[in-house]
Amino acid sequence: MAHVEAREDLPAWSLPAEAVEGISLSVDWPERVDREWAWGGSTGADVSVCILDSGIERGHPLVGNVERAVAVSVGEGGTTVVEEDAEGDLCGHGTACAGIVRSFAPECALVSTRVLGAGYTGSGSVLLAGLRWAVEQGFRVVNMSLSTTKHEFAALLHELADSAYFRRTVIVASAHNMPVESFPWRFSSVISVGSHESPDPFEFFYNPSPPVEFFARGVDVEIAWLGGGTIRASGNSFATPHLAGLCALILGKHPELTPFQLKSVLHLTATNVVCQ
Amino acid sequence: MTEDSLHAAVAAGVLGSEDAHHALLQSITDVARAIFRARASSIFLLDEETDELVFEAISGEGSDSLVGMRFPSSTGIAGWVLVTRQPLVLDDVGADTRFARDFAEQTGYVPNGLMAVPLLHGERALGVLEVLDRPERSQFTLAESDLLGLFSNQAAIALDLLQSARRARAVLEDGTRNEAVVARLAATLSELEPNEQEAGLRLLGAMEEILRKR
Repeated sequence: MAHVEAREDLPAWSLPAEAVEGISLSVDWPERVDREWAWGGSTGADVSVCILDSGIERGHPLVGNVERAVAVSVGEGGTTVVEEDAEGDLCGHGTACAGIVRSFAPECALVSTRVLGAGYTGSGSVLLAGLRWAVEQGFRVVNMSLSTTKHEFAALLHELADSAYFRRTVIVASAHNMPVESFPWRFSSVISVGSHESPDPFEFFYNPSPPVEFFARGVDVEIAWLGGGTIRASGNSFATPHLAGLCALILGKHPELTPFQLKSVLHLTATNVVCQ
Repeated sequence: MTEDSLHAAVAAGVLGSEDAHHALLQSITDVARAIFRARASSIFLLDEETDELVFEAISGEGSDSLVGMRFPSSTGIAGWVLVTRQPLVLDDVGADTRFARDFAEQTGYVPNGLMAVPLLHGERALGVLEVLDRPERSQFTLAESDLLGLFSNQAAIALDLLQSARRARAVLEDGTRNEAVVARLAATLSELEPNEQEAGLRLLGAMEEILRKR
């Protein structure tokens, strides 16, 4: 599958007849997309996965190497402050997500973007700033096991999610299983994830009744936790890194995929679509 | 005098006492514990002014003396749940010494497993409900997760009422503010006998008419 870089001499909003040849694609999609084609043999090498969370504990055996760790805060005048982060993980959750992604993609590059720890007040601004930074860095996958209920952030989050979508950054976000309106998981430009109860980490379902688009393993999962150990946990916030890990695997093998193509591959390889 | 503060003032006159609201919170933790057959349950409320979580009520294991205790709003599991708005269910947590220490400080009791759910009302995160130590060997199910979500929604409505009542009472207690007169009037009216109340309402109705004509 050829990856066509955007050409500066092509206007973004029209396609003159003479420009058609310039965007021709050599299509080599298989007749049937199956799991072997999608990620067989992949290790997630060269795929950057950003964990937007509480930090990642360095040296955890289930996490391995962490390429970079930053802490995001909002300075005076609303400026985004991004500093190298030596705090590790303030809660355990970010380490858990990193461990799950690593269990799928042993060679992906993990980056910790800590957006938690500065209190509740201002947490929405920090979340936005962290996501903006992650999108600007061009990470291929961003794991967001968190959400906001504040409508004032919804429009900005929507813009950021769309911006990520067009820049080939896949945002994988936890859905809410409570009767609340929250963001960004409801946006169609992200991959939203809820939980199923099966113990198979590679079992995932496409939901034909959105807004939640996929269900992944999220009940009684053994996860990496603080102090180098493990605990068992349940929640959509653990289902999300299962899908993020799968995305890393697929992108490791097919780096040219755009977010909508990647979502199509996930759909075609979902347990209930049975295309394999 | 804003419309909101007037509403609060009137509400202050008729809302239940602080004791009644504490009883409501206690009842929420008691019911949560009973539903999930848990050893303990507790509620933390967010104080937005100080950006702290306040330990409001506990049922079962743990110390009542810690009620009223405050800690930074993004501390530990409760803080993560509050800030991210995502529920969490953790088991075998005793191995994490930092967790155990934080928990002992916050509740006086170190559980082996916990469920923590944010209390969300509209756009606001009001606090966190925790259910500690469900029965051993009972694997968590998504049905429990849904139940927890529904129950927390109810608890959040109760917490929202509590906060409104507290704001209203603050108005009532501040006798120097104009709203306090309205609050005292509402309180007095609600305490009258039915026939006196009727007369009082007629008087107020007449007063309202006069004020509207100004």
